[in-house]
Amino acid sequence: MDTVWLFVKAFVVGGLICDAGQFLIMNTKLTNARILVLFVTGGALLTGIGLYKPLVDFAGAGATVPLTGFGYSLAMGAIEAVNRYGFWGAFSGGVTRTAAGVTAAIVFGLLNALIFKPHAKP
Amino acid sequence: MSRQPFTPDQYRELVSKLTPPSRMLRGYWRAFWVGGLICAVGQALTLWAEKLNLGEVTAPMFTTSVLVFAGTTLTGLGVYDRIGKYAGAGSAIPVTGFANSVAAPAIEFQREGAIMGVGARLFTLAGPVLAYGIASSVAVGILYWLARGWVL
Repeated sequence: MDTVWLFVKAFVVGGLICDAGQFLIMNTKLTNARILVLFVTGGALLTGIGLYKPLVDFAGAGATVPLTGFGYSLAMGAIEAVNRYGFWGAFSGGVTRTAAGVTAAIVFGLLNALIFKPHAKP
Repeated sequence: MSRQPFTPDQYRELVSKLTPPSRMLRGYWRAFWVGGLICAVGQALTLWAEKLNLGEVTAPMFTTSVLVFAGTTLTGLGVYDRIGKYAGAGSAIPVTGFANSVAAPAIEFQREGAIMGVGARLFTLAGPVLAYGIASSVAVGILYWLARGWVL
């Protein structure tokens, strides 16, 4: 039952964050790129003022899988690195913490370009 | 001739009046359930990582990397663009959408070559996201460092 509740929280919170993006798509003229940038920087800033961490504790993957969660990892990494290394941690922590995800995207993206041929747009 | 409650024009007017809200709701619903489902898959991966005894540091790496792999592969197969057409932000906002934004231009611009085609276009969307994301993490880190200095 506890496990079910974990999934419900992740599903609902993740879905609502996506709906915030859907709201921007349908009601503003912001391009996709701007919305993604807004979500990452927004996630980082919310983390900086301490508002995003509680959401991550509550919803788990529902808060970390959307791009706001990428911003959370970046900012959290910077904060933890400042705790450990002082000032220069601010310059290394974000990238260190998100290195695996970014590297995965680049490597799998490259592999994809080797394996797959362009598709006609649906 | 049978009795017509509406003329065709009136009917069309009524349709256009009623359509936007329901289409809007449909957009929100699709983004909600697809985005939520992707996050639920992420939650399943997190639980799996716990079962595999991956540590607190490596478990999120595992979850993210698997989702990114799924995102790029579905992009290569041409499936993710279809999901995107259906779900809008529901597929763009999760990290799989970030993976899609990396993989899609890399595949599409193959003919421009391995360096300026694939290598550069890989970052068409990821570039801005990484640039501003990393910059804001540095800003947060420095502000945190300053605040910590004042408090202590």
